[in-house]
Parts: sequence; C-alpha cells; structure tokens
Amino acid sequence: MHSTTTKRGVLPGFGLTMGYSVLYLSLVVLIPLSALLLNSTGLTWSKFWDVATDPRVLASFKVSFLTAAAAGLIDVVLGLLLAWVLVRYDFPGKSIFDAMIDLPFALPTAVAGVALTAIYSPNGWIGSLFEPLGIRIAFSPIGITLALMFIGIPFVVRTVQPVLQELDAEVEEAAATLGSSRYRTFRKVVLPELLPPLMTGFALAFARGIGEYGSVVFISGNMPMRTEIAPLLIMSKLEQFDYAGATAVALLLLLISFALLLLINSLQRRVRKTAR
Amino acid sequence: MAGSVPLASNKPSTVRKRVANESVAVKWTLIGAAVLVMLWLIVLPLTIVLAEALKKGWGVYVEAITNPDALSALRLTLLVALITVPLNTIFGVVAAWAITKFKFRGKGILVTLIDLPFAVSPVIGGLIYVLVYGAHGWFGPWLQEHDIKIIFALPGIILATLFVTFPFVARELIPLMEDQGQQEEEAAVTLGARGFRVFWKVTLPNIKWGLLYGIILCNARAMGEFGAVSVVSGHIRGETNTLPLHVEILYNEYQFSASFAVSSLLLLLALVTLLLKNWFTRKSHH
Repeated sequence: MHSTTTKRGVLPGFGLTMGYSVLYLSLVVLIPLSALLLNSTGLTWSKFWDVATDPRVLASFKVSFLTAAAAGLIDVVLGLLLAWVLVRYDFPGKSIFDAMIDLPFALPTAVAGVALTAIYSPNGWIGSLFEPLGIRIAFSPIGITLALMFIGIPFVVRTVQPVLQELDAEVEEAAATLGSSRYRTFRKVVLPELLPPLMTGFALAFARGIGEYGSVVFISGNMPMRTEIAPLLIMSKLEQFDYAGATAVALLLLLISFALLLLINSLQRRVRKTAR
Repeated sequence: MAGSVPLASNKPSTVRKRVANESVAVKWTLIGAAVLVMLWLIVLPLTIVLAEALKKGWGVYVEAITNPDALSALRLTLLVALITVPLNTIFGVVAAWAITKFKFRGKGILVTLIDLPFAVSPVIGGLIYVLVYGAHGWFGPWLQEHDIKIIFALPGIILATLFVTFPFVARELIPLMEDQGQQEEEAAVTLGARGFRVFWKVTLPNIKWGLLYGIILCNARAMGEFGAVSVVSGHIRGETNTLPLHVEILYNEYQFSASFAVSSLLLLLALVTLLLKNWFTRKSHH
C-alpha cells in the first residue's frame, strides 16, 4: 500500500476514493444496467428478433428517430442564431435572455409536456390558428418534434457559444480586408469552425430526443404506428407485464444510444482539440 | 444526455469590437429573430403554465396546491431530493478526487461510465430497477419472502432518481479539478496537512461554485424527474406520487387548472434553479 501511494504522488486517499467510486457506480448504474443484458426476463434470441421486427416496434423507432432528427436539425439552425446573437451583439435584456436558454434543462419534462400540449392542442393559443387550415400540431409528429426542439435547444446553444467566443477575430478581419463580403466570410471562414460544435450539439439533442419521455407523452397522443415513441412502447409493455418485450425494446434503444455516445465523445474530443 | 453542459464552457459573453461586422440592419434583424425564437420556444410555455394555472381564479389555484394529495406529493418530492442529492454529491466529489488527483489505467473508461446515465432513456433507468427488484426480477422472490417493497414504493423512486441524476455533480467537478491540477494540494501535504483537511482547506474553496452549480442542477432533475420515476412509482395517490406524477394524474383527469397550478410550483423550482445557476456562474468567473 505504501509503495503505491508514493508511486502515485504525495496526495492521500486514492484507495478509498477509487474504491468508493467504483462500488457506488456498480451499485447504482452498472449492476442494474447489466440486468438488461443478462437476460433476466427469459428473453430468447427468437423473442428478441420477433420484437425487433414487430411492425409496431419498428414504427415507434421510426417516429422517435425522425422526430428527434428533425428537432435536432431545426435546433441547429435556431441554436446557431441564438448563440451568434448572444456572443456577437449587445442588446437590452441580454443577460436574462442568456439565462433563460437553460430553462429546458431546469424545467421538469412533465411540465414542459402539459404546457406545450396546451399551446398546440386544437383549441390552444397556437393550435387553434392552425386547426382551420387543417393542420394538426398536437397529437401528430409535428407536436412531438416541437417538444423535442424545446428539450434540445440548450444543447446546441451551449456547445456553440464557447467556440464562437474563442473564435479569432483577426481571421474574419483579414477576410474583410481582402474584400470578402460579410456573408461570404461567414460561410467560408466562420461556419467551418462552427461545424464540429454544431454537430456535437445536434448529436446531444438527438440522443436526448430519442430517449425523451416526459415532454412527449402528453403532446404525442400515443397512437400506435403513428405517434407512439419507443420509450412509451417500453412503458406500455411494462404495464401489460410483458417484461421480455420491454427488455427487448429497451436493449435496442440502449444499443443505439451507446453508439451515439461514442460518436459524441469522439466529436467532443475533436472540438476540444480545435478549441485549443 | 439529460442535462448539463459543464460550467467551464459557460462563460458570460463579452462582445468584441471588430472591423468585420454586419450592417446595423442585419444586426438588428438577427437580434429581432432571436428574440422571437426565444419568446416562442421558451417564454410561451412558461407563460401558458401561469395563465392556465390562474384561469379559474385564485381559489382553484390555492385549493389545488394545498390539496392533501398535492401536499403529500410535495413532501415525497422533497424527501427524494433530500436523500438522492447528498448521495450523488458525495459520489461526485469522491469520484472527481480519484479521477483528477491520480494517474491510473482505465481513467477514460471510468469517466465514460459515469456519464452513462445521461445516454440512457429515463424510462430504461426505471425499467432496470424493475428487472432487479420487481416481482419478477432478480431479487423479487427473496424480497417478497421478507416482505420488503422496493418497486412501487419509496426505495424504488429513490433508486431511479439516483440513476438519472447520477452524473451531474461528478461531471461538473471533473473538468474543473482537472484544470486546477494538484500543486496546491501537494504543497499542503508537504507542509504537513493531512487527508481530509487538504480537501476541506485547499480543494473545496477552489471548487465551491462549480460544486454548488452541480448540486442545483442535480436537485432540479431529482425533483423534476418523470419518466424513470413513473416506471417504478406505481402511482399510488398520497403515497408514491411525486409532484411531476401528480401533474400527470390531474392532467389525465382533465383537471387542467389544478394540473397547471401544481406545474407552476415546479416552474418556480426551475426559475430559482436558473437564478442560482446564473449567480454561481458569475461567482466562479469573479
């Protein structure tokens, strides 16, 4: 013990803190998660395959992925606008504006869910404007997308903001001096620098979106094959005591989320490298 | 991916003077567009919660939030946060110490594993505990024999909340303590300070704002968690209903004003969280 402490430097507590961290991590996260993988529900390969190819399951994945991707893409555009305005300009009320960006992080998702449903339902403030045009927002994929946009917007703003902040002004000035128009400078000089954080922001919003439950269940209407999202399907399988089915859907969702996590991590490393 | 972007990347913005600037017209068009987006995306949901909560007057509002079921949900929510936030805070500090003050193999894997709950759907966060402790789970039969209830009871709600709020504090502290290095602590040890005293006197003053920031984000999520808790709670009124679940129940019973009244309490929590967060961010950058 003594020799390891000296090898690790003079600071105390490696054994204790490391041991506690690993123990707590195992108890709260790793062991419960392994219940999914370790076939505790009598889930066989053939059952897994049946669930994975069930049209209703596939439809729910399609809804989850398409709405999360659409919301992520819209958030990239809107988030870039918000980050740009916050970093580059001064205007009255800016600090409140900046603070409010994080509201979706702090607001319980169920509250976001009921609030958005009230806004976009056929008799809501915005929903009622679209109802005469024959456009239904709540209880359609558009509503799900709006909920996921709300949840995802801070991820994009908060990843783009610091990079934009650190961007070297001289390059833009040089481009301007050389006669490049402002728009051209933005497209050719600024945007390439912002591409990695925009991609990270998209990935974060997208990954959050496919797992999101609270803000979506109220506005989606939960119609199988049309507006049923994958996390809700896990929930309804559980309510029918179909533990194997719930596990199968959860496993599929988990595998995809992990693949995304790896992608995000490698993207973030690249962003950090360019930021330095 | 719920939740947070490290404090370190969250500096208050300062505007730089530049030659290469947009015309005034473009500038104000962009600001106007951004303000509209904010009003639509963020301010409108916030406004509708208050408008719907007070739609039927103060009487209904006060009755909704002083209703015994609402009060019991509030108590449960506070209790769950009171238990889970300190546990995850202790873990966060301990893990950050191990990760940032020592060199060891597999550090990257450990950091990734700590982030794992953010990559998992909250519904899965609840499901895994059902698979372990539920009636058909690993320990289900044993628990039933000994008459211990975890799922559809308080322990299940606490476990699910621990899972979803697991990374918040650690995630905040790791980059912060990484940046600060370990020279100050090493100096203190060389001068004869020992163990916990080094942390208390040297490390803690350096990380306190980041730590508080992590704690309030962790708390907001612990009080507001819906999906994971929904799976394990069993929705027993007056017993295993947290505030967010109470919002859902009232909503599904078409008691919209009451549902939004309870929502307004959670909105207040979110606004206080933002206020504190802003304050801590400012403090940490002086």
